[in-house]
Amino acid sequence: MPSVMLKKNSEGKLVFYVPKKDLEEVAESVEFDTAEKWGGEVVLADGSKYYFEPIPMPDFPITLRAKRVDSGE
Amino acid sequence: MAALTREETEALIQEVLEIYPEQAKKDRAKHLAVNDQSLEKSNKCITSNRKSLPGVMTIRGCAYAGSKGVVWGPIKDMIHISHGPVGCGQYSRAGRRNYYVGTTGVNTFGTMNFTSDFTEKDIVFGGDKKLAKIITEIEGLFPLHKGISIQSECPIGLIGDDIEAVAKKGNKEINKPVVPVRCEGFRGVSQSLGHHIANDAIRDWVLENRDGDDSFPTTPYDVAVIGDYNIGGDAWASRTLLEEMGLRVVAQWSGDGTIAEIEKTPKVKLNLIHCYRSMNYIARHMEEKYKIPWIEYNFFGPTKIAESLRRIASHFDDTIKAGAERVIARYEAEYQAVIDKYKPRLQGKRVMLYIGGLRPRHVIGAYEDLGMEVVGTGYEFGHNDDYDRTIQEMGNSTLLYDDVTGYEFEEFVKRVQPDLIGSGIKEKYIFQKMGVPFRQMHSWDYSGPYHGYDGFAIFARDMDMTINNPCWKQVKAPWKTDASSEAVKAAA
Ligand code: SF4
Repeated sequence: MPSVMLKKNSEGKLVFYVPKKDLEEVAESVEFDTAEKWGGEVVLADGSKYYFEPIPMPDFPITLRAKRVDSGE
Repeated sequence: MAALTREETEALIQEVLEIYPEQAKKDRAKHLAVNDQSLEKSNKCITSNRKSLPGVMTIRGCAYAGSKGVVWGPIKDMIHISHGPVGCGQYSRAGRRNYYVGTTGVNTFGTMNFTSDFTEKDIVFGGDKKLAKIITEIEGLFPLHKGISIQSECPIGLIGDDIEAVAKKGNKEINKPVVPVRCEGFRGVSQSLGHHIANDAIRDWVLENRDGDDSFPTTPYDVAVIGDYNIGGDAWASRTLLEEMGLRVVAQWSGDGTIAEIEKTPKVKLNLIHCYRSMNYIARHMEEKYKIPWIEYNFFGPTKIAESLRRIASHFDDTIKAGAERVIARYEAEYQAVIDKYKPRLQGKRVMLYIGGLRPRHVIGAYEDLGMEVVGTGYEFGHNDDYDRTIQEMGNSTLLYDDVTGYEFEEFVKRVQPDLIGSGIKEKYIFQKMGVPFRQMHSWDYSGPYHGYDGFAIFARDMDMTINNPCWKQVKAPWKTDASSEAVKAAA
């Protein structure tokens, strides 16, 4: 369950940052992306997937806990 | 010598790896790569931020060096106690040339060495009492200091001293910040973790000091310069440009910086990061907690400076945007004269770098402005995100080497035959004896500043006087020329 720091970049895309891994990646898709419900499965540009418990749209930037979905390594 | 092709560079890496035993070869292979601009992520080609192999010559420092030497040390109005035996502080004292204004020993303390000077007794019975006494003594002897940081050396973590408790008591006693930093040298694989620990200490012990206090009048143009250590005056040469374009620099982290500036940083509108490696942690923290955006910039060489000034200005209104254009225009004649003078003398020269922090990628643009080419670069303690940012800056098929060993570096140089090497003091004399021009790029070989337009002129001059120095023609003994050795062979 890595802590992930999420922020919006200048194009309004979600940027994923995992401090422990120096992983900085743009999110390609977010399963739920509305004001009432945000989260679910998030797919990154490098193909890896993470899962966030759905919550009301948070105020970015924010640090949240995520689960890795694929067992890539 | 012509540039190496991709195949030749790959072959070179294999050749250099040959000498290692199986296990070491496997490990080192992951740290050496041929640059490929088509890759977006560096983890596909290079591994970094791993423990160095025992037995090889590494150039890294320790976590204490990262915290005391880099992040905390330059905060000039605080006293930084090197807590533990005397050597760690004394041998690294004033080595980085973080310039500052003030009267040393009265209201600034940058080049002094404060240490608890541990002896056997302190290791056996603990050093907390001694530390408390030092805090009291400092307050008596140097009343104008603005705070104390406790920089732990290795033994502190080993004997389990409670420096946090001492710091809290000290803080009550002297009524100034006393910051314990757990940067014992054995933590992590390099100085990089020391930077992180130092950032965390600032976050936990300093940054919140003025939360809820709005007495500091702010403007819409407030920025903080983060990760500029004022080596040879770098931060000053940067600050003038920012101020000229209409911004107000509220804080300098940490070259020529003060603790008051650091406490005021949460009030700024934008954080400007020069050394990403050592201070991105605190910028990310401020982004989350105070909603202050941050951007990276690069003040080496006119191309990158103009790019950076425009990028910084894009976060502000039209007056600042116009200001940026005004600054660029104002210095144009000046930097063009520098290029006109030195480019013909430096055109086509090839450079290999091996440094730390931001430089392995940031200085590339400055060399390119002078018509030079960087053919190899590497970080002492970089992470993957540093290499991500490097791939695009470097040409295709150039060499990337992470935590390079003394042996590998020498072999690469023998084969690539660069016209200039930029690295540290430990590498300097090896390469000079091999007859390769060398600049010590950690503290600018006692020159500087290199940031900003003013710095670029000095940078160009220094590179020229190193590369085109007549001494390099004298390195080889006259009887060792190829022709004469042929003659000797013929005579024998
Ligand atoms: S590794 Fe430990 S003993 Fe060596 S300089 Fe660093 S803190 Fe001091």
